[in-house]
Amino acid sequence: MDEIQSLMHGFGVAMTPTNLVLMFTGVILGVIIGVLPGLGGANGVAILLPLTFGMAQTPGGATSAIILLSCIYWGALFGGAITSILFNIPGEPWSVATTFDGYPLAQQGRAGNALTAAFTSSFIGAFIAVIVITFLSPVIAGFALEFGPPEFFAVYLLTFCAFIGTSKEPPFKTLAAMMLGFALAAVGTDPVTGTLRMTFGARHLLTGFDFLIAVIGLFGIGEILLTLEEGLAFRGAKAKLNLRVVLETWKELPRYWLTSLRSSAVGCFMGIVPGGATPASFMSYGVARRFSRDGDKFGSGMVEGVVAPETAAHAAGTSALLPMITLGVPGSPTAAVLLGGLMIWGLQPGPLLFIEQKDFVWGLIASMYLGNIAGLIVVLTCVPLFAAILRVPFSVIAPIIMVVCAIGAYTVHNSIFDVWMMVVFGVAGYLFKKLQYPLAPLVLAIVLGDAAEASFRQAMLISQGDMSIFFSKKLVGLMTTLALLLLFWPLISWLFGKLRSRARA
Amino acid sequence: MAQGGEGRPAFRQKSAEIAVAALFFLLGAIVIYDSLRVGIRWEEVHGPQGGYFPFYVGLIICVSSAINALTALMVPADRSKTFVQVGQLKLVLTVLVPTALYVIAVTWIGIYVSSALFIGFFMRWLGKYPWWKAGAVGLGAVVVFYLIFEVWFLVPLPKGPLESLLGLD
Repeated sequence: MDEIQSLMHGFGVAMTPTNLVLMFTGVILGVIIGVLPGLGGANGVAILLPLTFGMAQTPGGATSAIILLSCIYWGALFGGAITSILFNIPGEPWSVATTFDGYPLAQQGRAGNALTAAFTSSFIGAFIAVIVITFLSPVIAGFALEFGPPEFFAVYLLTFCAFIGTSKEPPFKTLAAMMLGFALAAVGTDPVTGTLRMTFGARHLLTGFDFLIAVIGLFGIGEILLTLEEGLAFRGAKAKLNLRVVLETWKELPRYWLTSLRSSAVGCFMGIVPGGATPASFMSYGVARRFSRDGDKFGSGMVEGVVAPETAAHAAGTSALLPMITLGVPGSPTAAVLLGGLMIWGLQPGPLLFIEQKDFVWGLIASMYLGNIAGLIVVLTCVPLFAAILRVPFSVIAPIIMVVCAIGAYTVHNSIFDVWMMVVFGVAGYLFKKLQYPLAPLVLAIVLGDAAEASFRQAMLISQGDMSIFFSKKLVGLMTTLALLLLFWPLISWLFGKLRSRARA
Repeated sequence: MAQGGEGRPAFRQKSAEIAVAALFFLLGAIVIYDSLRVGIRWEEVHGPQGGYFPFYVGLIICVSSAINALTALMVPADRSKTFVQVGQLKLVLTVLVPTALYVIAVTWIGIYVSSALFIGFFMRWLGKYPWWKAGAVGLGAVVVFYLIFEVWFLVPLPKGPLESLLGLD
């Protein structure tokens, strides 16, 4: 059991006093970020990333930095549930499904039960995902060591086609948003030939668009504008969480073990294939409703209806890090930001990480176990505190968040131009959200665009322009075929629907 | 507002869809144009030229935005929902315009003074807080930012004449 040994070593790396303090700091910050409108996992981490530049320079600092940032992510995942249950306002998109049963429970005065169920199942979902990461990632990394450019391009293709196949948004909008991301990524110096592309003489565009700016604008400013439009008045249920309620709920939870297991499986799958936490939570809610004995009572305040989406969301959110550390392909926008962080700190994400940066990788994996325990402790003890943040009026919170976003955008490259770009991306984010253009593939394309293009061009060089290289070997052919299947999935399912309705007629 | 007032639609879903699709198309066209300039053909030694990959990206943007626009056009006018109401649009603009002014201000007077003004203005304008409260929160937030960024994490932020007057540069 090599993995167990490596993991134990990882615990040794992660369990220094500094790292433990960073863990709790990260989780608390993360929950606050998750609770506040306009700040979420992705842009919260993006804003705080520049603060770690200095930290990562010290020996072992990169591990501390990733622990801080990943714990912010765990915290944000936990935080989303609080607003969903108490205020019926999902703090994060993946906690929308939690409102369906969480808020009715809170209205019946059982907010404590709902919160405990949400936090505990989040924890379980994340825990199962971390176990999957522990044992699966060395295997995948081992595989990936053999990967050449065609294989890597097939992985990228699979990632992006999965968005089209699994997203709820109209496929052509997903495609347009994604390709916009690729176009933005291509701006600047061409990595292969060194020619300037799409800069049109503008000095600021020489280095291209930074995805951190895009994330802060799209998710931060865009979200604030949307929230504002709804004319927010927070009126929430009271949160009382004492030991008795917690224990009472814990006694009830084992009944839903099958739901938990199923939701974890859905979550892990959707996280690794970049479907993401949001569709995972909806899908698992739907599955639980269909299979549950009380399926028809879902929506009226069933604890099981909180367990299912929360488990899946956390499993997906956590397992999204698996392709990030093994292949360098993030499964979610937040994982993409973390990936960006790795590159800025001078680490090359991908299979070599498991050989060259053992301390870092296993420290990170160990910190996932510890960080989730820290998260559970923090949220179970501090709910009233976090709920109080939401009672601060929006007209106070909103400008402060805007300023934080602006500072975050500025600090990436110390440039005011980036702050302008953030505002532009903010307006785009507002429009895209309202018109159902998905943001996740857009962000992922900005991050992966250059790498995807480089692997494509290298593959083309190897084959001298022959596309059949993507079907030349078993593995690459399998991945490409799967990618194409996912790409045409909307069309296939539409045709099936037509055939079925015709058969019925 | 005479009739309908704030709830009146400012834009319909349909027009917004078409406008955004048109914008996408324009961006796609720019990408295609520039890729053609760089070159989209095969080159000895280097393989595909710099414009090869972006060219197809631009092409897909144009095609898919055209499809999106056509889909929107097929919605009958009477079934087109409201994209944004007048009242909502006003609210969004009351944030967007000060934000733009804020970014301009950052260039001239630094991020601290303009942030304090921005937060204060926002609380006063939208929250209807008394001046002293708005001022206090704005000032307090800025001091906290200063401590976190400049003192704790040593990240310098843009400063203006006031900071140099106070010797904080």
